Amino acid sequence: MKSGGVRNKRFAYLFLLGVLAFNYPLLSLFDVPLMIMGIPLLYAYIFFVWVLLIVLVGLTAKSGSQGM
Amino acid sequence: MLATETILFVSICYIGILFAIAYYGDKRADAGRSIINSPYVYALSMAVYCTAWTFYGSVGRAVRFGPAFLAIYIGPTLMVTLGWLVLRKILRISRAHRITSIADFIASRYGKSILLGGVVTVIAVLGIVPYISLQLKAISTSFQIFSSHQEGAEPIRRMPFFQDTAFYVAFLLAAFAVLFGTRKPEVTERHEGLVAAIALESIVKLIAFLAAGLFVTYILFDGFGDLFAKAAAHGGMSDLFTFSRNGGDAYMDWTVYIVLSMLAIVLLPRQFQITVIENVDEDHLRKAIWLFPLYMLAINLFVLPVALAGMLHFSGQAVDADTFVLILPLANEQKVLTMLVFIGGMSAATGMVIVETIALSTMICNDLVMPLLLHLQPLKLARRTDLSTWLIAIRHAAIVLVILLGYIYFHLTAEFYTLVSIGLVSFAAVAQFAPALLGGIYWKGGTQKGALWSMAVGFLIWGYTLVLPSLAAAGILPHSFIEEGPWGLSWLKPFSLFGLHGLDRVAHAVVWSLMANTVTYVGVSLFDKPSALEHTQATMFVDVFRFSGETEESLVWRGTAMIPDIKSLLERFLGRDRTEEALGQYAESRNMDWGLTLKADSGFVTHAEKLLAGAIGSASARVMVSSVVKEEPLGVQEVMDILDETRQVITYSRELETVTAGLKAANERLKELDRLKDEFISTVSHELRTPLTSIRSIAEILRDYPETNTIEQREFLEIMINEIHRLSRLINQVLDFQKIESGKMQWQIEPVDLIQVTQAAANATRQLINEKRIRLTLELPQAVPSLSGDRDQLIQAMVNLISNAVKFCPLEQGKINIQLIYDRHQLEVRVSDNGIGIRPEDHYTVFEQFRQITQSTDRGRPQGSGLGLAITKRIIDYHKGRIWVESTLGEGATFHFSLPVLPPIEKLQTG
Repeated sequence: MKSGGVRNKRFAYLFLLGVLAFNYPLLSLFDVPLMIMGIPLLYAYIFFVWVLLIVLVGLTAKSGSQGM
Repeated sequence: MLATETILFVSICYIGILFAIAYYGDKRADAGRSIINSPYVYALSMAVYCTAWTFYGSVGRAVRFGPAFLAIYIGPTLMVTLGWLVLRKILRISRAHRITSIADFIASRYGKSILLGGVVTVIAVLGIVPYISLQLKAISTSFQIFSSHQEGAEPIRRMPFFQDTAFYVAFLLAAFAVLFGTRKPEVTERHEGLVAAIALESIVKLIAFLAAGLFVTYILFDGFGDLFAKAAAHGGMSDLFTFSRNGGDAYMDWTVYIVLSMLAIVLLPRQFQITVIENVDEDHLRKAIWLFPLYMLAINLFVLPVALAGMLHFSGQAVDADTFVLILPLANEQKVLTMLVFIGGMSAATGMVIVETIALSTMICNDLVMPLLLHLQPLKLARRTDLSTWLIAIRHAAIVLVILLGYIYFHLTAEFYTLVSIGLVSFAAVAQFAPALLGGIYWKGGTQKGALWSMAVGFLIWGYTLVLPSLAAAGILPHSFIEEGPWGLSWLKPFSLFGLHGLDRVAHAVVWSLMANTVTYVGVSLFDKPSALEHTQATMFVDVFRFSGETEESLVWRGTAMIPDIKSLLERFLGRDRTEEALGQYAESRNMDWGLTLKADSGFVTHAEKLLAGAIGSASARVMVSSVVKEEPLGVQEVMDILDETRQVITYSRELETVTAGLKAANERLKELDRLKDEFISTVSHELRTPLTSIRSIAEILRDYPETNTIEQREFLEIMINEIHRLSRLINQVLDFQKIESGKMQWQIEPVDLIQVTQAAANATRQLINEKRIRLTLELPQAVPSLSGDRDQLIQAMVNLISNAVKFCPLEQGKINIQLIYDRHQLEVRVSDNGIGIRPEDHYTVFEQFRQITQSTDRGRPQGSGLGLAITKRIIDYHKGRIWVESTLGEGATFHFSLPVLPPIEKLQTG
């Protein structure tokens, strides 16, 4: 079992990552009229980060689930 | 085309299915077999967040502002990432204090304040009613589109309510909420059927939207690439791919919306109801924090494609973009799909209306009506015998009232606004709870006055910047109010207060209201003097993970009360059966005997107050309980003292635990040593007794038979001398070990040549080796550098290793090989034998004192004290060397030890 503190810190870290990735200025780098594989770059970026965040949160939530 | 009757029929069938599911869920819950006890159902029910706004409105927003619609779903994603920290804390607090709604939560946190609960309720109702009307509007509009499509897209007009589907749907929803949302007076009892129905609605709306999205993308167009390429080729539409349409401050708006929706996912009454009140198991949160974002992602996947397809398909026609998702299949003659989308939209709307109405009705009943009724003297309500029917009746009335208000609002004003803009105004309203709620669970300093003023200020600014302008737009206020500001004061213009511009109107309102709100909350709290109860509640909330139920009971209350009084109080609100059941459980867990006790202790009173709080909210419960108990008021100082005491006790007990654990380990170690010592003593005495016995018997023979010849006598004496040597060797070993252990050993440090040491040791053990007819081989280099150490002790160490090898070597075939190896840094000695070997698990323990590893095997008791290897290890340790063993069971063992070589310069000096 992971100690609760470590997991809480991981979630807080992922939250901060999400805040950074979804806001100015990182967001503005992708805010250009380009297409990537036929999809507007900005949408591709947002959905990619979104999926990534979900996967990471899922993994973090799962880790240490034994013994809880 | 589809007939109106068909649509009505299908709609009513759908709502009928909801009733059936809810009924089934409740039945299963009554039978003790919950169907909602699953993280998946929990996550799906959280998706009640996605309303008709998501289903229809997102497309409209995407058409107008491009990617901005996504902020509303990214905010909650971020918030639930923190869910394990924030939501879990709220969950824990709510369970501990039997919280019934968000109003109850805030009231309870700030000293169970009736006023605060009332204020939260009023803000919530005023803020949410437009949001409910939005859902009714969506249902009504989608129905009209359906029935009027034959004559082309006819502008939507106002119709009398008896022709309006939304009216009948509203009626059915009220019935649903009444039936499944208010079964018992205790709100903290979960509504299992309701949650099951909501989860089902979430599945329906997701499938419907995905089906529409897939149809549009892959049937009307040739996949994403084709759709985006056509849209890009179409003039002006590629603007939607970036933020460029929103103007310069698009990122600011985007961030504000993310913050706003982050707060909404916690603070919306329906989200609080589903996430907190209806939660079955705290651990479900662990899965929900990624399942729920996944749901939101899925339902947003096709929003932009539908928006683009709608614009391409209806370019030049006046079609409301909010309805694209329904009109696209309709215009392409897809009857089944259109029906599915219609049902999906309805499920999105009805789910929201049902849960929101139930949450609001609880708040209205517990935090607004009940406190008022209890205070109205002429009603004498406080003395009535059965209030549980009253409670339920008030909630029923509140449900009908809320839905009716929503319907009226829709009829009066909702036509002026798009779906999303109404929803955002509601978000901004509930965001005003944020400082009081979030501050309240992390900052003990927040006070009742701080919370009250902060919400009042935030709500006023919200009203001024968002509601008054809408009145102006509806023609109730002069239009100049928006354009020039009230009385021509331009710095009071509601959309650019104090000249702040660049943000859109909702973001502008959110920034001002939340800023003023937070500043007021902190400021007033810092200059306020909270009461004792506020102190207690603040500590209970902020430190919820630290206090157990028992600590709390001893804290809050001091006074005298009679059990029958409290019991009759509970019976009035919960009914007789429920009271008996709840108190019976309590008595059983405490081993209380009703017959013997008349006076209630503080634990009992607190428990009763919590039971009551689950029905009528914490503030009213407090009032009711204090009406039957004689309470001694506690001063702030007293409460603080008790809290500090408790905390200190907890700290002390933690320290004690650590110390105890340490002592326990030490004790274990001592016991082990004691056991080893006992064993050692028995081994040593055994070893001492054997030679003694033989010496004694020989001496007796010599005494009793003096006539034996001299040769025999000589032999006997030889044996005696040998045995006496063995005795003294043993005793020397014990003494040596004792000396080394106690640090009294006198080490004679001098330059030592390890070749000589090896030879000396081999010679010393020559006789032992010859007795067992073992072959001893030495592999020694020509010369090795000397090292500094105690020569005799090193010989002793080597002798111990050799005699140890001898012990385990087979008779006749025994082989012992001693190798001395020199590399630049160290000298290594290897003593290998072909004896029985050592089990891997014993490779470390062989060097422990008193340890005789052969005990557990059937190889018989070994000779020797069991100290040889322990002494050797200590000698090697003293010389800063290392000793270890390599062995395979049955194939012999090799003992290694290595000693560091003196640096050359020292070697010159010393030898």
